[in-house]
Amino acid sequence: MDLTLILFIILAVTAIATALGLLISRNAVYAALFLVMNFACVAIFYLLLGAPFIAMAQVTVYAGAIMVLFLFVIMLLGAEKLPKGDVLPVQRPLAIGAAVILLAEAVILLVQRFQSTAMLQAPGTVENSMDSLREMSGLLFTEYLLPFEVTSILLLVAMVGAIVLTKQEKGTRG
Amino acid sequence: MTQSDLITILPLLALVVWACALLLVDLFIPKGRKGWTALLAAAGLALTMGLTLAQAGREASGFGGMLRLDGFSTFLNVLFLGSGLLGVAVAYGYLKRMDLERGEFYSLLLFSITGMMLMAQAADLIVIFLALELLSIPLYVLAAFARPRADSEEAGLKYFLLGAFSTGFVVYGITLVFGATGTTSLAKIVEVLAAGSLGTGSLLLTIGAALILVGFSFKVAAVPFHMWTPDVYQGAPTPVTAFMSVGAKAAGFAALMRIFVMAFPSLSADLTPVLWALAALTMFIGNIIAISQTNIKRMLAYSSIAHAGYILMALVAYGNPAVAADSVASALFYLVAYAVTSFGAWSVVMSLEKPDAKGLEINDFAGLGRRNPLLAAAMTIFMLSFTGMPPTLGLVGKFFLFRTAIEGGFIGLAIIGVLTSLISAYYYLRVVVTMYMREGEPQAEGEYWLTFTTVVTALATVVLQFLPAALFALAAGAVLK
Amino acid sequence: MLLEYAAIAAFIFVTILVGFIAIILGMLFGPKKSTDVKAMPYESGMNPIGPGTRRMPVRFYLIAVLFILFDIETVFLLPWAIVFRKLGVFGLVEMAVFIAILLVGYIYAWKKGALEWD
Repeated sequence: MDLTLILFIILAVTAIATALGLLISRNAVYAALFLVMNFACVAIFYLLLGAPFIAMAQVTVYAGAIMVLFLFVIMLLGAEKLPKGDVLPVQRPLAIGAAVILLAEAVILLVQRFQSTAMLQAPGTVENSMDSLREMSGLLFTEYLLPFEVTSILLLVAMVGAIVLTKQEKGTRG
Repeated sequence: MTQSDLITILPLLALVVWACALLLVDLFIPKGRKGWTALLAAAGLALTMGLTLAQAGREASGFGGMLRLDGFSTFLNVLFLGSGLLGVAVAYGYLKRMDLERGEFYSLLLFSITGMMLMAQAADLIVIFLALELLSIPLYVLAAFARPRADSEEAGLKYFLLGAFSTGFVVYGITLVFGATGTTSLAKIVEVLAAGSLGTGSLLLTIGAALILVGFSFKVAAVPFHMWTPDVYQGAPTPVTAFMSVGAKAAGFAALMRIFVMAFPSLSADLTPVLWALAALTMFIGNIIAISQTNIKRMLAYSSIAHAGYILMALVAYGNPAVAADSVASALFYLVAYAVTSFGAWSVVMSLEKPDAKGLEINDFAGLGRRNPLLAAAMTIFMLSFTGMPPTLGLVGKFFLFRTAIEGGFIGLAIIGVLTSLISAYYYLRVVVTMYMREGEPQAEGEYWLTFTTVVTALATVVLQFLPAALFALAAGAVLK
Repeated sequence: MLLEYAAIAAFIFVTILVGFIAIILGMLFGPKKSTDVKAMPYESGMNPIGPGTRRMPVRFYLIAVLFILFDIETVFLLPWAIVFRKLGVFGLVEMAVFIAILLVGYIYAWKKGALEWD
C-alpha cells in the first residue's frame, strides 16, 4: 500500500470522528474544538490533492480566524452548555433520513464510477506543489481578475454590515 | 483590460465607485441631513441608468466571457436601477419618520443593486455565485436595519440563515456541474453538452442543475422553499421589503434564466416535471395561505410567493424550442408588471404605517376611500393588477404568461394559473372592499416622494397596459440567444 | 510530492511530542497534593469573582469580524507575491484596486469608531 493511501485513511477516519464529535458533543466549546481538528484534516486533504494554497487558507482563515469568531459568539451568547433533550423533536429522524438519502446517492455515484472510467478523471498530478501554486496564482490574477476584485467588494460590504449591526450610534443606547 | 472588457463593466464600475464614495462622503454628512445622502444615491443610480441606456442595443463580452452585455442584461439592469430609484424615494421619508435615518442604508442599497446587475450580466457560474452573495449580504443587513426592534432583528437573522443555507445549495450545485463538465463558463458548458461526451457525468450534471434550482428557488421564494418570506417581509423595514420583493426576486429569476435557458436547455426533459410541480405548488400554496392573513405585509408576502409561481410557469416551457424565446420574454414582461405593481402597493402600505409596526392590519385600511380617495384609488389599481384584472398591466402580463404556457403544451398549468388567479381575487378585493365599504379614520402620511412613487407607479400600471406590444417587443429584444 | 511537506509534518509532530512529554514528566515526577486554592482559576493574583463563563460584550465580535476580513485580504497577498514579477505593472494596479476597496472599509470603520473600545 502506498504512503498516500495510508495517510488518507488515517485522515479520513479522524475527519469523520471529529465531525461526529462536533455533532454529539453537548458542550459548544468542545464542539468548536472538534471543528478545528476537522478543518485541519481537511487542510491536509487539500495538500494531498495538490492544492497548497487552499490548504494554507483553510488553516489560517478557517481553523484560525473563523474558529476564534465562533468561540467569541459562543461566549457572547453564553451558550457553552447546550440544554439536555431535543429542542426540535422532528429534526433528528429527518436528519437521519436525509443522511441516508445522501449516502445512497454517494454509493450510486461510486458504483457508477467503477463501471465507467469516463467520469471524473483525476486532475493531472502536479509534481512540485510550488508549480501548482504558481499556476493557480497566475490564473487568479489574469483569467479570474473579475471574481478577485468582486471579492474585495464583498469583504467591504461585510465590514460595513458588521459595523452597522453592532455599533451603537452615539447618543442612543439600544 | 481590453476595450470590450471596459464596455461590459462600465455601468457596474460606475455604480461601485459611486457606492464606495457615498459610503465615505456620508461620514461627513451630519445626522439629520441625510437627505443629501439619499439625493447622492439617487444621482448615482440615475447616472448608471444613463450609462446603461446609452449602451442599449450593444452586445459585448468581457473578462474572458465571464461578463456579458446584451439585451437581457440591459433590460434587467434598467429594472434593477429603476427599483433602486423608487427604493431611495420611498425610503427617505420613511427612515426619517421611523427614526432609522442612517446613511449606510443608501450605500448598502447601492451595493445590493451592483450585485443584481452583476447577476444579470454574469455568464460564468463563479461570477453568478459572487453576484448572489453581493446582492444578498447588504439585504441581510438592511432587513435588520431597524434594530434593536426585535422583529427586524429576527427578520435579518432568519433571512441570513436561510440565505446562507440556499447559497450552500447553489455552490454545491456549481461544483457538481464543474465536476461533470470541467468548466464554469456557461458558454463552454453549452459546448461540452453539444459535444455529448459526458457519459455518466450527465447524472452529475442533472443533480448539479437541480441543486442550483433549489438554491435560487429560495431566493425567488418558490414553494416549498418559501418559509422565510412572510417573517422576513413582515419584520424588515417596509422600504427594504419593497426593494427585496422586487429586486431580489428579479435577480433570482435573472440567474435562473441565464443558467437554464442559456446553458442547460438539454436538461429540460429531466427538469420540466420538477419546474412544473414547483410552479403549480407555488401558485396554489401562495394564494391559499394569503387568504387567511390579516396583516397587510404578510398578505403581500404570500402574494409575492404566488407571483414567483406565475413567473416560474413561463420557465417551465423553456425546453420547448418553439416557445423558448416567448417564455423568456413573457417572464421578463411579467417581472416588470410585478415590479411596478408591487412597489406601488408597498408605497401605499408605507403611507399608512405607524411607528412600532402599527397600522399594518388590513382593517387599518378601513375608510381610506373616504379619507384619502387618491391613495385608495391607487391601491385599488394595484390590487386589480395583482389579480390580473383590467384595466391594468397585471392583466397583460398574465395573458402573455398563460399564452406561453398553452402554446408550449402545458395547458394543465395554465388552468391552474387561471384558477389560482380567481382565488387570489378574494383576498386582493377584500382590501378594496375594506377601503370603501367599512368605516374608519386612517391617517395617511403625505410625504412628497412617497406620494410621488404611489402616483407614478399607479399611472404606469394603467398607462403601460395600452402599449403592451411595444413593451413586449422590448422584452422580446432582450431574449437570450 | 508529499515529501516536500515532511519537514512541516516532522515539525508539528515534534511540537506535539514536546507538549506531551512535558505533561507526562510532570505527572510522573511531580508531587500530587491538591488543595482548594490550587484548583482555583488563576486571575493575576486576585481571587476570582463570580462564575468563569460570563457573557462577553458584542465588541469582541466586531473586532473578530474585522480581523477575519483583513486576514482574508492578507491571504490573497501570498499568491500575488508569487507571480508578482510575471504580472508586472498590471498586477500592481490589480492589487492596488483590491486594497483600495478595502481601504474604503478601513476608513469607514475608523471614522465610525469601530476600532475604538470606548
